[in-house]
Amino acid sequence: MVDQEHIIEVKEMVKKFGSFTANDRLTFHVEKGEIFGFLGANGAGKTTAIRILCGLSYPTSGEIMVAGHDVYREREKIKQKIGYMSQKFSLYEDLTVSENIRLYAGIYGLGRKQIASREEQLLERLGLWHIRNRLIREIPLGWKQKLAFSVAIFHQPAIVFLDEPTGGVDPVARRQFWEMIHDATEEGITVFVTTHYMDEAEYCDRVSIMVDGRIDALDTPALLKQQFESKNMNEVFLKLARR
Amino acid sequence: MNRFFGFVKKEFQHIFRDVRTLVILFGLPIVMIILFGFVVTTEIRDVEVGIWDRSMDQASIRATQKIFSSGYFVPAGYLQNEEEIGELFRSGRAKVVVVFEEGFERNLQREKRAAIKLITDASDANSAQLSLTYLQGVLMTYFQSMNMDMEVPWSVNMKSRMFYNEELKGVYMFVPGLMALILMLISALMTSVTITREKEFGTMELLLASPLKPREIILGKVTPYVLLSFVNAMTIVLLGFLVFGVPVVGSLWLLMLECILYIILALSLGVLISTNAKTQQMAMFMSMLGLMLPTILLSGFIFPIDNMPKVLQWFSTLMPARWFIVVVKNIMLKGTGFTYIWKETLIMLGMTLFFILASVKRFKIRLN
Repeated sequence: MVDQEHIIEVKEMVKKFGSFTANDRLTFHVEKGEIFGFLGANGAGKTTAIRILCGLSYPTSGEIMVAGHDVYREREKIKQKIGYMSQKFSLYEDLTVSENIRLYAGIYGLGRKQIASREEQLLERLGLWHIRNRLIREIPLGWKQKLAFSVAIFHQPAIVFLDEPTGGVDPVARRQFWEMIHDATEEGITVFVTTHYMDEAEYCDRVSIMVDGRIDALDTPALLKQQFESKNMNEVFLKLARR
Repeated sequence: MNRFFGFVKKEFQHIFRDVRTLVILFGLPIVMIILFGFVVTTEIRDVEVGIWDRSMDQASIRATQKIFSSGYFVPAGYLQNEEEIGELFRSGRAKVVVVFEEGFERNLQREKRAAIKLITDASDANSAQLSLTYLQGVLMTYFQSMNMDMEVPWSVNMKSRMFYNEELKGVYMFVPGLMALILMLISALMTSVTITREKEFGTMELLLASPLKPREIILGKVTPYVLLSFVNAMTIVLLGFLVFGVPVVGSLWLLMLECILYIILALSLGVLISTNAKTQQMAMFMSMLGLMLPTILLSGFIFPIDNMPKVLQWFSTLMPARWFIVVVKNIMLKGTGFTYIWKETLIMLGMTLFFILASVKRFKIRLN
């Protein structure tokens, strides 16, 4: 029943807070190995949706499968297979770089030896080996962001959910960050990313655009631009919002 | 299980890397107990007493000597007339004035009764009352000891004893009360703050999205505080014994068990607060105002519950500290066994269960 290629399958997902409908009958799927962009203005309902997919909140109704598991009944199994990075790049400020990595790796059940070798590899690649014993609060935001992402995919999840991962960092750091995301997909990780920077949509394989709790458009960036006769994604978004 | 220990270790790292947390955790109990023990006391010492002796005979002079040799009082001067009494009180040089009537000894011998008037400056009602009680005690013992064929100036022959605290030592009262207060403060305040801090920094989301179960997260966060609070409780008992000589008459084991129960009770209260507070400030405010003040005022720690208005008495039954103080006093001072405190223990157990269930319920609502 679940298509092997569809790592996330959402049908008619509804989330209500009292009389307010945050997610109005969302239906979409995410293919294995792609970068799926979840776009929309602030308050369009992106974070609500991502929280449901991560098992942080229950939907009001709808059929949702993540990594082959039902979000109502098999949250524990889902949690083993996903990574999550919040918009605050949440790491423990009073722990060192290395301690943060080891803590999260331990929570995901990685063994001691495995952690040590992967940690060294990771920090060498990021060029952060020399600051492994520095506290998080002492390192710059750009590094913190890279580290938060690396921690989220350290246990090699099937899907990683990124909730506005580029807020507050400069364009150069954003560019580098998207390169990291691309590298992750090469390791076979599916990326589900929310953002309100329309230029970032160009980096995604497919994007969905949310307006007022509904998905108004969903396709590859190229086809969306064609469909809305726009030069870039920003125009697409503005046309959608005015409609 | 490894995941869990890693998580607990991280919580210890938080505690030992934050100076403020360490100060509250270890400095506060020690400072508080020494402060309360030495400063706030119900004993009296060196109370200034003025004497207006209108007869200046042998009996009155002996009685005066007896007062000042008791150790509680020091002379503040000898008065000549009534006006000087008011003057002495207003200038603050004396708290009590003792007046012997004219012909004190003569009346004592002929009429078998003589009058002494004790006047106190009651603007500080508590110490006035205390000084008076002590003075009466001193005078009464003296006149009784005079093996003369005369009656005591008071017609009632009373004799009082303060059981379990014969010397009326203030610290005996304060050690159980302080224990209740400090454990409540540390356990509830610290846990509510540490849990809301994770919410504020967004790390709670990460933990909830991880394979850790919510109960593992909460358990992992409170475990270090159970251990540290317990160390604190024992420090207070030890300090009370070494510095102030407060004994543990009853079973130390029972005391320890009751302490652990009370700590878990306070921790579950802290968890409940954290499910309702969004920020650390909010959690701190709720713990301080909602727990600290009522614990100090309504638990019987400072003000006797029996003297409260009925409504407040009823409120005080909701204070966990009230029951804990009774338990600690029973074990430490009276040396009673479990049979005399099972009711209080049961109440604390019930409260703990209630707070845990309420927290779980709040937590589920938040997820939906």
